Formats: sequence, C-alpha cells, structure tokens
Amino acid sequence: MARKLSKPSQSKKSAPKKAVRPVVSKPKSQAKPLSKATPKKGGKKPLPLEKAPAKKAPSAPKAVLKDATKTPSKVDFSKSPFNASLKPAQKIGYLREMLRIRRFEQQALKYYNQGIMGGFLHLYNGQESVAVGTASLMNGHDEIITAYRDHGHALAVGMGMNECMAELFGKGTGCSKGKGGSMHFFAPDKHYWGGHGIVAGQTPLGLGLAFAIKYKKINGCAVAFLGDGAVNQGVFSECLNMAALWDLPIVYVIENNGYSMGTSLERSSAVNGSLAKRAEGFCVEWATCEGFDLYELRANLGAAMERARKESKPMVLEVSTYRYYGHSVADANAKKYRAPEEIELYKSDYDPITRWQNQLLKEKTVTQAQIEKIDDEAKAEAAAAVEFGIASPWPSEESIFEDIYHEVDHKTEAGQTGRFFFSE
Amino acid sequence: MPLITYRQALNDAFAEELTRDENVFLMGEEVAQYNGAYKVTEGLWKRFGSKRVIDTPISEAAFLGLGVGAAMMGLRPVVELMFWSFAYVGFDQIINNAGCVRYMSGGLINVPMVIRGPANGGTNVGATHSHTPENFLANTPGLKVVCPATPYDAKGLMISSIRDNDTVCFMENTLLYGDLGEVPEGSYTIPLGVAEVKREGLDVSLIAHGRAVLTCLAAAEILATEHGIEAEVVDLRSIRPLDEETILNSVAKTHRAILVDENKPFCGVSSQIAALLAEHAFDDLDAPVLRVTALDAPAIYSMPLEKLQLPDAQAVVAKVLSSF
Repeated sequence: MARKLSKPSQSKKSAPKKAVRPVVSKPKSQAKPLSKATPKKGGKKPLPLEKAPAKKAPSAPKAVLKDATKTPSKVDFSKSPFNASLKPAQKIGYLREMLRIRRFEQQALKYYNQGIMGGFLHLYNGQESVAVGTASLMNGHDEIITAYRDHGHALAVGMGMNECMAELFGKGTGCSKGKGGSMHFFAPDKHYWGGHGIVAGQTPLGLGLAFAIKYKKINGCAVAFLGDGAVNQGVFSECLNMAALWDLPIVYVIENNGYSMGTSLERSSAVNGSLAKRAEGFCVEWATCEGFDLYELRANLGAAMERARKESKPMVLEVSTYRYYGHSVADANAKKYRAPEEIELYKSDYDPITRWQNQLLKEKTVTQAQIEKIDDEAKAEAAAAVEFGIASPWPSEESIFEDIYHEVDHKTEAGQTGRFFFSE
Repeated sequence: MPLITYRQALNDAFAEELTRDENVFLMGEEVAQYNGAYKVTEGLWKRFGSKRVIDTPISEAAFLGLGVGAAMMGLRPVVELMFWSFAYVGFDQIINNAGCVRYMSGGLINVPMVIRGPANGGTNVGATHSHTPENFLANTPGLKVVCPATPYDAKGLMISSIRDNDTVCFMENTLLYGDLGEVPEGSYTIPLGVAEVKREGLDVSLIAHGRAVLTCLAAAEILATEHGIEAEVVDLRSIRPLDEETILNSVAKTHRAILVDENKPFCGVSSQIAALLAEHAFDDLDAPVLRVTALDAPAIYSMPLEKLQLPDAQAVVAKVLSSF
C-alpha cells in the first residue's frame, strides 16, 4: 500500500524493490536552518570560523534562519493522522516529558560543573522534541537505540530520573550500576538499547534489532539515531546497503544539529541538498523535516515508522535540530565555532519546548498556570534526583567483576570452568 | 566412532544446533549459496534455507554489529569471518559492542553470539590474511576465546559456544579443516575453560593451543623415540576462560615448561602463560620457562620462509633439549 509521508513536498511512494527513486524535494522546501546553502563542489566556501569574529556574526545566523522561515510550512501538521486524534492529556504529557529532560540536564550540568560528576556530559538541550516525539510513537514492539547524547531518549522511554542521575554520579543505584556513565544508559525492558559512545557504532546494532524484529515476525520496527557527524563513518553506509538488501524495518533518524563536535556540517560533509539524500544511492527512501515542532516531527517519523512496520522497509529521516551546549560540556569552544548570536536565536525562536507550549496555549489545551505547575514538578523531580544520586552509595568493589560474563553472573556450569579474570 | 574431518565436525555442530534452536542462524560472506569459502558450511543453506543461513555483503563491521544487535534481542547468531584477519575491519563492533555492552549496561544485556573463522598463518597468503588475534580478543574482559585443535574438540566446543550466553570468538585453522579424527554422532559439549592433556609425560610440559598442539604431539614422539624424554602435551583448547589448574598440575609434575604458540611472542598467549608460571609455579620449576612462537615479523609470503616463521616439531625438540 502506497504511503505518503506527511510532508507533501516529499512525495514518497512505495516502489518496487531496487527501483526506489524517491522524488527529491525542492531544495528550499527542505527547511534546513543549518545548511546555509547547497555547497558548490569545488567552490570556496567561507568557513564559519574564518567568516567573522563573533561580534560581526549576528547577520550570518539570521540569514541562515531566514531561509528556514521563508518557507513557512503550509502544512498544518496537527491534522496529520499521527496527530489529529491526540488527546489533550497526551499533548500535555509530551510537554511534561520535554520539560523533565530539560530540567534533568540543567541539574546535571550544575553538578558536572562543580566537578562531582565524571567523564563527559553530552547535553540534549534544544533537541528534546526528537526523543519525546519518537517515544510517543513507539508501539510496544518497536526498539530504539542511540549514540552518546542519550539522556533525552532514556527519560522519554520511561527511565527514571533517579537511576539516570545516579548513573551520572557514578553510583551503584545508577541505571548501569555506575558502570556506563552518561553515554551508556540502557533499558531493554523499555525497548531502549542505549546509549553508545563510539560515533556510528550503534548503527549496525540498530540493524540487528531490525533483523531480530523481522526474524521473529514482530509487528514493530527499529529506530536508530545518529548525528550529522556519524553519517561519515563507513559502517553507516554498510548498514544502509544491508538494510535495503534485506528489507529490514528500520528508520535511521539523523539528528542534524549542524555540528559534528566543533566541525560544522559545511566543513564535515559533502552535502547534495541533504544528508538523508545519500540514502538514494542505496535505494533507501529518505525525507527531511524540522524537529523543532513536535507535530511536524511526529507526522514525519510516524509515517516512516509505520511504513517500516507494515512494509518492512528501511528509511532515513533527517531531522533539523540544534543543541544549545557544546558537543559535550567539556567542549571549551562551543561558542567559538558558532556565533553566540546563532545559539541565542535558536533558543529564542526555535526552542521546541517554547514552541510546544505556545502551540498548546493557542489550542487552549493547557493554561499558563498548568505549564508552570508542570515545570515546577519537573524541577522538583530533577532536584530530588540529584539528592538521590548524591546520597546513593558507590558501587561495591566486588561489583567491578560483575556484569562482565552472563555465565559467571548467573553461576552456571559454564561460568565456573576455568579462570575468567586475571588480576590478582 | 566415525572418522570425519575437522570441517565436517563443525558442519555437524551447526546442523545440530540449527535443528535444535530456531534462534540460531549462520551469517557471513559466502556461507550460504557458495557453501562457504572453506566449505565449512557446505549444504546448510540447501537444508535450512535463506532465513537461517545467510550470505552477507563484504561489510564486516555492519554484519558483526548486526549480529550483536540481534543477539541482544535473544537470537543466537553464528557469524563467520572468512578469515579472522578480517575482524580488524569490524573491531569496534567486537570489542566495544560485543565485549563491553554487558558491563556498560550493568548486566541488563548479554550477547550470545559466536564469531568464527580461521585464524592461522602458514598458507602463503601474506600478512593481511595470516593473523592470529586470539591474544587481542582474550585481552578484552567480556569476550571468550576458543581455539580447538582436533575434530572432536571442534564439534564439542562449537556446540558449547553456540549455547553459551556470552560472545565466543571461535578460532579455526585452514590447515586443520581436512584433518581426520574420531567424532561421535549426535550432540555433545566440551566446556569452555577446560584444557586437556593430549599426551601424558613426566619430563617436560609442552603447553599449546590450536595447531601448535599437533606440533607438540609430533615433537613429543621425536623426544620419546630419539631422546628418551617423555613430554606431556597440554592443549589449552580455550584461552579465555583459561584452565590454569591443568597447566599448573602438569608443570608441578614435570618441573619444566615449554610454551608453543603460533601467536606472536610479544604480549601473546604464551606471555600470559609465562606470567602464570612465574607467579604460581616458581618453586616447581627446574628450568626457566621457554617459548617457541611465531617469529616476530609479519607473515611472509615466500613459501619456504613462511615455514620457518611458525613453530615446527624440530624447533620444539631443540628448545626442549636446550632446557635440560
């Protein structure tokens, strides 16, 4: 059955295998605030850092964003089949989830900066709509996996703030018992498979989830997230080939926040209109959408996931989004490789939470007072999670040698023959 | 007992496990319609079909990672590497994902996968196709490493590996695929982490794994007939978990240890055994622990020279004689 994605400019249709030739949308309809222009092959492009010192920068991001705003969406995504029947409670629930993620990370940032958390902290601030939108579309049999910017996805699928915060503090009550840290949250019981630290390393794992779904004849799909930097890892291309070859039910969601660490999209990727378009070379359908608006995200991703489930086909969906902080909090150059004004503009005009709040206010789904109450609750929950994390005990020394081998942990026969660990 | 090849023993193990458990599937380059580059999976595609025996594109990183993802979901992939040397293309998936995901998830996930294929030199295929990465992989807590030397061990260890709930790196040897040995029909298992004394002796312990075990057995015959030395041959069979007890018992009996290893000498498997003996067998030893390993150079192509690079029976005999 032919399925159209909600975005009309992306006219998609099911085509016979190997003949899939998605209609490429007109460049301007691919509202991509982050790509200033289609790079010209061989042409000299001013690099963001060379372009101007920060003081002169304000015109640059505005010009970029103007492109995005110039093509105001004529589509009312609230009318999409994935949104039209949403109940007020669900819409308010999405707001709550986004606010919980935002407040959780703000608390984490505070304590990270105090030096009482270890490692890296890759914040998801500004991108919350993508994780929440995705979790809202999961059918109970869908499986998701992401990279190291994973707090949002974890909370969105229902992991508790306490276990997540405790993990950041390296405590035994953490979701990974203090063994994984910020980049490695997992909840298989909630169909959430991490949390992976190596760029694009999770993309073939996602393929494996999709493979298992198909093998077991489960009515679900896999959604694997990756960043705009990850598309340049070779394994991702291998995955697209195999996904197409074997008709695996997977949606690769490229969360394009414009920067692979400190290197802008323009400086890291050869782009022909969009990153997602690379999928064409593998006969994989693709689309782009903005992630700032939850309705738009749900409409597009919902269609992609439904297609994956029903037709067992892969798809690449590139979502424009933006992170307010650096690659990680330790990224000292976060305001050097992009103009501070650019960051401020995204915060003021493109914040997914503000947009959703305004949308719900406009719909009269929620009142300002209700929003404040939800936000206060999220703040209180995050503060309580910090208390829980700080008060929690460190993992025991014995636990260093637990959770390495399943057979050893379970004291099976196979776990008791021979020596497994070689330190004295 | 029927006399079958090492190759057939593995093939029988796959057929039995594919029949027993529908979650088991085989995957790799040329494993299905081509019947396997070394014919280890011959006939299985025809018998079990395309769902269970799957040809992959030449994309080691992707299909190893796919195996990890599928195993996390409860399937039991048996992923063939045409050569273990090709694992280096997908090392991230083996080390970071198969090897670490259980730990990083605090034990929420396990990866019941077998990664298998030949890992040996000695076939004039040059350095890139002659690697023996058992030491690299055994260096990763979370992975298990198995190196069978005989058809009997190959089948029993393979069945155990497929049923194991952790990732097992199973290393075969193209020079052994045609070897004949007695192998029972039907299923049997050999536990991982249990070495076997392949020949008893009182004078010296030859400790080895994989094809080097056969080299040791040949050397032991020469030592017995020509030099009156009775060598005991300990086959590790599994590198991690490691059966230290059998090694130490043997050395306590013979008071001499010669480590024979087709792995390279620097930080190789034999280095680990030497450390073990230094720590726990010091008082038992009448002579220093000596090693015969692959020469410390990339595998050379030239046929007669490559033979010099790997341990042979004469080199083992010479080393044993030097220890007395």
